[in-house]
Amino acid sequence: MHHRYRKWWAYAFVTPAMIGLLVFWLIPLCFAFALSIMKWDGFGEKTFVGFNHFIDQFQNPVFQTAVINTVYYTVLTIPPGIAIALLLALALNKIPGKNVYRVFYFMPVVTSSVSVGIMWIWILNGDFGILNTLLGYIGIEGPNWLSDANWVIPAIAMLGIWWGLGFNIVIFLAGLQGISRSYYEAAEIDGATPLQKFVHITLPLLSPTTFFVTVMAVITSFQVFDQVFVMTQGGPGRASHVMVLHVYETAFQNGQFGASAATAVVLFVIILFFTLMQFKVSRRWVHYEG
Amino acid sequence: MKGSPIMKKPLRIKPVQWVLHIVLSLGAVVMVFPFLWTLSSSLKTPAQIFQIPPIWLPNPVQWENFIRTLEVMPFDAAYFNSFYITVVVVISQVFFCSLAAYAFAKFQFPGDKFLFLLVISMMMVPKQVIIVPQYLMLQQFGWVDTHWALIMPELLFKAFGIFLLRQFIMGIPRELEEAAIVDGAHPLRIWWSVIFPLIRPALAAFAIFAFKDMWNQFLEPLIYLNSPQLFTVPMLLNSFKGLYTADWALMMAGAVISILPILIVYVILQRQIIEGIALTGMKG
Repeated sequence: MHHRYRKWWAYAFVTPAMIGLLVFWLIPLCFAFALSIMKWDGFGEKTFVGFNHFIDQFQNPVFQTAVINTVYYTVLTIPPGIAIALLLALALNKIPGKNVYRVFYFMPVVTSSVSVGIMWIWILNGDFGILNTLLGYIGIEGPNWLSDANWVIPAIAMLGIWWGLGFNIVIFLAGLQGISRSYYEAAEIDGATPLQKFVHITLPLLSPTTFFVTVMAVITSFQVFDQVFVMTQGGPGRASHVMVLHVYETAFQNGQFGASAATAVVLFVIILFFTLMQFKVSRRWVHYEG
Repeated sequence: MKGSPIMKKPLRIKPVQWVLHIVLSLGAVVMVFPFLWTLSSSLKTPAQIFQIPPIWLPNPVQWENFIRTLEVMPFDAAYFNSFYITVVVVISQVFFCSLAAYAFAKFQFPGDKFLFLLVISMMMVPKQVIIVPQYLMLQQFGWVDTHWALIMPELLFKAFGIFLLRQFIMGIPRELEEAAIVDGAHPLRIWWSVIFPLIRPALAAFAIFAFKDMWNQFLEPLIYLNSPQLFTVPMLLNSFKGLYTADWALMMAGAVISILPILIVYVILQRQIIEGIALTGMKG
């Protein structure tokens, strides 16, 4: 009989993973919280400062800029990104050969952030970039995207939409596949127009997917870092300074580990809020469906 | 072949579908254009690259750019580093995550619910939040500027992997396991010869997801690595940027070298990769 030893087997099976969890996730996470209420420059004494870092950071114009830029990036990326993905997924769902299109749309998803960033620095070049050349053909004088404080976030958002589109399309396609044909057949018998079918069947039944895609996109947007670091390093000035860049610079350039941890905790709380919202709402939908 | 009974009726495409095909093709062109433009730029002379109106297809093709790039940038070492680090991490994650997932899916043991909750909670922790304390910790271990700093934190645990694989293992009927128990197989053997083969599609999806994550890692090597000979592919390309900002053809050739091998694998395995990432995306 095995079941007497079963629990020891189970412990043996989970132990390596739990060691990894403890050492490289849980301890650093607790350490992050601890650091956020301490003053420490990486050497010497740690002193307890309570919520001072949080107060300082919220009053720090550079951190405020980082929060504003991150929110601005999120707002610019998500609505168009999701609308375009939804429309393309609807179109793809209706035609033969969708797997061929899918290959093209998904291509940026597998490309590394640094490669993508380097490609787009050249595309967005103010004087010789292909985007401005093409805009010139239709009579628009494009800005100097990455060195214009007003255009740098929109430019990075444009890249963000392009980069994430394929992923969102594929998730939407899976959601569309999950809607039973019978709803549409019933609606057709009642003489519904395509628009009515879209508004009354597709949109409501797709809403869990839309919600999921949106929340995931918000979470990813708040973590934006790689492209910004590669393309602008937060510039010009602080025009593309974002939250993760702030965490990074505060720790590794200014050596203020406590303050950096405090801003990381703020980021964590924001992301946690959206994640918990996703958990809660998706659970409600599961109950609703059942 | 005309009139052959085997010949299918010609495929009829409705007008609406024509419109959709045109829209989708234009969209596909927009999606792929940055890649093609990078490739085209990488094959131009310094004079051609700044030419307006732009040259779409460089002629003659400057293959020398690639030779020049490979001479200045040690992509061979970077590929070796990226490849071995990623492969070691992915194999290890698949192994340890599936083992833990099996225990969480099929075993009852004191503390199982609590530990699983802990695993799930880690899915809500963005890497950026713990990277600074992790750096301070690995500094104590003496791992800064070594590959250990990239490998060790990933080796044993990936919350999402345990979560995903557990979902799949829970779907395996009890009878299959019990049959093996009756035959006298111990749990490790059941995991290897019953569970592992049955969840192969989920393992493949997870491996693809983990590979993509690890291969494209940037923040970690940026923080931990200083020595150029240790650089991974994204790190090398990034360091390139600072040094050759004016030499666009060279930079574009570097970008092509960093992307092409991955894109070739992608095109060959596109179905598995897209569906794998979609699957992992949806379960997350």
